[in-house]
Amino acid sequence: MAVIEIKNVAKRFGEYQALQDINLTIEDQEFMVLLGASGCGKSTLLRIICGLETATEGEVWIGGKRVDHLPPKDRGISMVFQNYAVFPHLTVFENIAFGLRMKKLPDDEVTRRVERTAGLMHIDQLLQRYSGELSGGQRQRVAVARALAMEPDVILMDEPLSNLDALLRMEMRAELKGVLAESNTTAIYVTHDQVEAMSMADRISVMHKGEIVQAASPIEVYRNPAAEFVAGFIGNPPMNFLPAAPAGSGQWHVAGQVIEGPQVDRALRFAVRPEDVRPAETGLTAVARIVEPLGAHLLVTCDIEGEMFRAVLDSDLAIRSGDKLILAPQPDRVRWFDPETTKAVA
Amino acid sequence: MNARVLPYVLIAPVTLFLCVFFLYPFFLVAQQAFTTGNGFTMDNFREVVSYWKFPISLRNTFLLALAVVPVQLALSLLMATMVNNMKRGRDLVLYVWTIPLGISDLAAGIIWLAIFEQSGFLNSMLYGLGVVDQPASFLSYQNMTVVFIAIMLAEIWRATAIMLVIIVAGIGLIPKEYYEAAEVFGASPWKRFVKITLPLLRPSLQTALILRVVLAFEVFAVVAALGGSIFPVLMEQIYENQFNLQNGGTAAALALIVLAISISFTLVILRALRVPKGATI
Amino acid sequence: MSDAASVSGHSTNKAGRFVYVSGVVLLCAWVLIPLYLLLVNTLSSPEAVNSFPKSFLPGFDLGSLEFFAGFSGMLVALKNSIIVAAITMVLSILIGAPAGYALSRFEFRGKEVFRLLILLTRAFPLPLLALPLAVLFIRTGLDDTAFGLALVHTTLAVPFAVLITFSLFSGIPLELEEAAWTLGCTRLTAFTKVVLPLILPGITASAIFAFVISWNEVFAAAVLTIENRTLTAFLLQTLSESPLHLKFAGGFILVVPALVFIFAVRKYLFAMWGIANR
Repeated sequence: MAVIEIKNVAKRFGEYQALQDINLTIEDQEFMVLLGASGCGKSTLLRIICGLETATEGEVWIGGKRVDHLPPKDRGISMVFQNYAVFPHLTVFENIAFGLRMKKLPDDEVTRRVERTAGLMHIDQLLQRYSGELSGGQRQRVAVARALAMEPDVILMDEPLSNLDALLRMEMRAELKGVLAESNTTAIYVTHDQVEAMSMADRISVMHKGEIVQAASPIEVYRNPAAEFVAGFIGNPPMNFLPAAPAGSGQWHVAGQVIEGPQVDRALRFAVRPEDVRPAETGLTAVARIVEPLGAHLLVTCDIEGEMFRAVLDSDLAIRSGDKLILAPQPDRVRWFDPETTKAVA
Repeated sequence: MNARVLPYVLIAPVTLFLCVFFLYPFFLVAQQAFTTGNGFTMDNFREVVSYWKFPISLRNTFLLALAVVPVQLALSLLMATMVNNMKRGRDLVLYVWTIPLGISDLAAGIIWLAIFEQSGFLNSMLYGLGVVDQPASFLSYQNMTVVFIAIMLAEIWRATAIMLVIIVAGIGLIPKEYYEAAEVFGASPWKRFVKITLPLLRPSLQTALILRVVLAFEVFAVVAALGGSIFPVLMEQIYENQFNLQNGGTAAALALIVLAISISFTLVILRALRVPKGATI
Repeated sequence: MSDAASVSGHSTNKAGRFVYVSGVVLLCAWVLIPLYLLLVNTLSSPEAVNSFPKSFLPGFDLGSLEFFAGFSGMLVALKNSIIVAAITMVLSILIGAPAGYALSRFEFRGKEVFRLLILLTRAFPLPLLALPLAVLFIRTGLDDTAFGLALVHTTLAVPFAVLITFSLFSGIPLELEEAAWTLGCTRLTAFTKVVLPLILPGITASAIFAFVISWNEVFAAAVLTIENRTLTAFLLQTLSESPLHLKFAGGFILVVPALVFIFAVRKYLFAMWGIANR
């Protein structure tokens, strides 16, 4: 059992506030992804959980034990590093066995565990090789096998796939998810790649400027972004925003149209995903500027009253730059944000 | 151990060592130079400066540095550029060129003595070619220019390697793309050298020049081997004061003068070759 | 301008190549010929060394070297040189390497001041400091001892040891150490099990560098030793009175280890200076 609790964690580097007031509970055997752009603090948070970095304030609990003053080796964790950190002076076998030997496990147990995890990661043919003789993908597998061999309560991964090429990344993504699901460990996975986050996570914590903006399931994060940042960060292309002025009793003026919305009496921002609009008789009036065929769809970047607006439309539609379009948003997919707080308004 | 304390524990031995064997003796030299028996005095300096050999040794030291360092800088830049473009045999050539790095100034002086002494190889060659009838005495009062040239050659031969190593290492840190970019924009090899290599090499040039200039003012054993007392230099005067004249005060005063010269040149080089903040590779 | 340059660049390609190759050969000869001439002198009989005109081929006579070995005090001086250099080598690595590690791995208050102190020593004519130390050593009984001289030579060598090991440690990704920590290592075991095996060849190279610095040093050695002369101090002292063949044999003995050592560390010379410059 390894529930991870992060309580009021903050981290400053001199003047720079890297993390502020982080509170997060990660359930046993959950796959949690920390997602954000570079510099958002996601790696710092992971390194604080790992013990490679000390928090300026706050507590870290793993499996009901407070660990923030323990060195990494006493936290029941293991980690997969961005550049794999496969020891160049040891064979693959000794790399995987490294942590087990530090624990002084008997030789036959070491061999058994190395062979099992190597088999799991399909590197049983490479056990006598050195890191210099391996490809990037193989090194990645060694790093994961080495972490798994420890049979940790928690496995931490810091952008483990970011150095692989696109095809390999897709392959490893699926494989990693399968292996981790079977291993019954809690996993925390740092990435800046939203596709990776979406496809692997049980829950995603979206981070921005040292704070967790939203922690929820991938679908929830996608459908109901809690803040403008999440809406603009998740989804490719991201959500569209248009200014909205109240027209009274839950009605809103959006680009000359009246749309039903929440019952508040200050200016809001109307938001809808590019794939949630359709050409119709009535709707938002747009002028197509750039048309990019993407195979199954057309990505049309348009202009609505001077605001940029993207729509993903069926590729059968013959749209050309300069065409006038009427786009109707799907009513149940429309979201509203408060421009003051940037938070979602129900 | 605490990560906040550990670095200090690790640097403590060096710091302590340098305080005892670098800062403290430096303080002692100063003290010795400015005292005779009864308090603060400039007598030591007055005595040193008024000694007839002082202007000569000062002039000789400066002339030598002036003749040697620019040649070494040009030569090491040339050599570094040459190996940089080399495809085959780079390692071998670099090894050969860096051999003098390990050779002491005394050995270098002896090596060039083998060439310039009266029964040496230069005389043998000139005699063999029929240029001279009998061996000339190159390293004597009558041939001060030859003495100077011999010392200069020995210094250039010996101490170019250290600059070469620093510069080659520095050039190795400059990404190849810069050259490719410059080539695409139409820069000739010479322009690439002047506009890219030299500016980006400034930190290395700083180190190389400081090291070399300081060593140039410390020139001693090469001169002792080749010129003996006919070509006085500052370090040789210090040695002379300390041992033959048994006067620690004047030796210390001279040492401070050498120090002052070295530090001024270091500051000048640091200033002249400073790298603007943020303009590093 | 650039057109003309590229046109002439093509037509003079062959000539340029010739100039380039002969330049390289000439510069190699410039380094090697004086060494060869020293070798010729060393491997000739004392009579041949003092005769005129001189042969440009060695006589393969060990007379000069035998004379050198038999010369009173020479072998002792050789032994002293080796002892002093060995102590210097050990001291500068023991003292310097931890600081190099600290510089490469930690951000700490006073780091810049410390780096400045190290760099400052390079800008000082260090052998000069042997003068006051001579007095100090007499008081502490370190005068005229190998250990005392080794201390001064360590002052010379230790800044290099710090900067070189700093650059070597910086070449080992911190991630490797962190990985070891997550796999059950303490700072110390991570260092001995991961960093040390990777750094050992480089450490050896910088130790050799320290050895050479001490082996070659003349001034401090001459100032600080009287009875227990090192080879350089001995040769310097006897320079004016010793016969030519003794000088050349001595010079040769000084040069040989240098050749071997530079060969041994050649791979590291450039890496060592790369980061040390910054």
